[in-house]
Amino acid sequence: MSTQALSRTTPLKIISLALVAAWLVIAAFPFFWTLWGSFKVQADFFSKADWTNALTGAETIRETGAAFTTRGYYGAWVQEEFWRPVLNTLIVVFFTVIISLTFGTLGGYALARSGKRYAFWILMAALVFRAMPHITLVSGYLLPFFEWNVWGILPTTIIVLVAINQPFTLWMLHSFFLNIPKDMDESAMVDGCTRFQAFRHVIIPVMWPGVITTGLFSFLLAYNDFAVTSMLLSSENETMIPAIASFLGTTQVEGNVMFAVAAVVSATAPLFLLVMFFQRQIVSGLTAGAVKG
Amino acid sequence: MKNRTFFWFILPTLSAMVLFIALPIVSVFIQSLHIEHEQVLVVSESCGPFGCSETTAVDAAATEALREAQPLGRFNGLKTYTNRSHLAFAEVAEAWRTTDGFLAFLNRMFNLPFYKALLFTMAYTAIVTPCVLVLGLAVATGVNNLPKLLKGPTIFFSLLPMIVTPLVGALILFWMVDGDGIIGNSLQSLFDDPSLSLKASPALTWMMLMVYGVWHSLPFSFIVFYAGLQTQPKDTMEAAMIDGATTWQRMRYVTIPHLMPLVTFVTLIQLMDNFRVFEPVVSFQAQAHAPTLSWIIYNDLRESGNPLYGSAGATSMMTIIGVAILLMPVLIRTWRDYTRKAAH
Repeated sequence: MSTQALSRTTPLKIISLALVAAWLVIAAFPFFWTLWGSFKVQADFFSKADWTNALTGAETIRETGAAFTTRGYYGAWVQEEFWRPVLNTLIVVFFTVIISLTFGTLGGYALARSGKRYAFWILMAALVFRAMPHITLVSGYLLPFFEWNVWGILPTTIIVLVAINQPFTLWMLHSFFLNIPKDMDESAMVDGCTRFQAFRHVIIPVMWPGVITTGLFSFLLAYNDFAVTSMLLSSENETMIPAIASFLGTTQVEGNVMFAVAAVVSATAPLFLLVMFFQRQIVSGLTAGAVKG
Repeated sequence: MKNRTFFWFILPTLSAMVLFIALPIVSVFIQSLHIEHEQVLVVSESCGPFGCSETTAVDAAATEALREAQPLGRFNGLKTYTNRSHLAFAEVAEAWRTTDGFLAFLNRMFNLPFYKALLFTMAYTAIVTPCVLVLGLAVATGVNNLPKLLKGPTIFFSLLPMIVTPLVGALILFWMVDGDGIIGNSLQSLFDDPSLSLKASPALTWMMLMVYGVWHSLPFSFIVFYAGLQTQPKDTMEAAMIDGATTWQRMRYVTIPHLMPLVTFVTLIQLMDNFRVFEPVVSFQAQAHAPTLSWIIYNDLRESGNPLYGSAGATSMMTIIGVAILLMPVLIRTWRDYTRKAAH
């Protein structure tokens, strides 16, 4: 009976459903529009005459003979060698995630098991560090890195991204380890394990769900970063996002905005897949910190 | 856990944070007290048949050597903080003296680069954060009423604006609202004004960036509130219904109090993230009307060939102070919670 009463249609409910529908269109439409438009020529996607040209591809047919063209992708990937930044991004993201998780699990575990006052202070410091705008930190790196001659190379960027990642990783894994009962590793230690052996044989086998969720967010931070990668990498070591930004500078002049559009679609596609496969983990990760307060 | 074991477990993460987060803040502070060397000038006298003339030339080699020897520049004290492109004490005082009327004064003050960026950053934070909270809650309630089958796909599409790279997401929107894009074009024909451009007027630029901000952050508050709604106790809701509470009253007196801790959490994260807004300014090329603190630091560092470390450092320090002020209430509250827990 109660479910019936809750599911009655009222005007308020209709309004809220309309709102959801409107939000869905606003959230998803830009992506589909850009995906569709990336297979057109510039005169269609940025049509001065008539926006329906982008749907029908009038100019695309006139210029290339077909309604869809992969010219933008060819231009971006082959002509502008977009595969280089993609490769760099893969390297940076892979190592950042691996190192972040290694450091984070060790630290998060220690913080979850230590009841001492200094553990609390480390967590507080991490919260403050989490709030630092990345570009302010970058302005502190540049001069020393130039002096030590480590500017522009991938390892420097990886280490910096790992460090910037730590506060968040630490908080997330800390709250995850709090949920693993203390008795598990303590009973292993009663049986004669050292703390590290207990961690190795008891905690590591059960920690994967939390580590995967945290890893997803580390991945997103490294993949989406612009402030650090655009300032700390030389142009031959550039990753994807700064490469897209520099496309805008150079290609707009040559009238090749479609290269940038194709690159943008290429950079978004992996994220699409990520959300598709890991939706549950992303949602649980976003709410993990919140529910515990 | 023993102190010794704790130390070895925490060492990697702590040293990463100290080396690359804490020390850079110190480094930024030191940089902000210094300023770039002036170019070394040599005055040479050349005498010809019509008398002697003095010429001043830049000694490039000496300048280079000086920069090499002292890369930090020369000591400048707090002068960078007070110069025209930062707190601009002289200019503000001058504006206060010469303009009549408070509005005219504000107008002049907020045309100075630092104050302009500060104003936009604060306005962005102050407007986007509540919008995200309210709309996120509204969408979460709506999705909660959806049939089960539709919830998954709805959440999938809702996540996209947040997951996608900020620079890329902002570009996607920018291409749509640009003069030749679909929305920009439609607006032009709607208002019958072919020169209408969202980039041209400050008010429209501000609005455009804030709309982007809400679009980007709404998924986060939506997901958190949606998760909160799942844990809402059914009994309280039914009791409220039996007592004759309307839908609105149930929302106001049952749901919102239940979600209150989450509201605090989302507000905290949003304040932190919105205060450092940066990428959309680059994507929308909105620096003329809507620079942000992060953007002016970026701009100082990009100053081609000759980055202004001192200037960037000073802005960075003031940004960090801003972040600290924003965080203060949270830190105090967490500290109180902790001491209360420890006392029991």
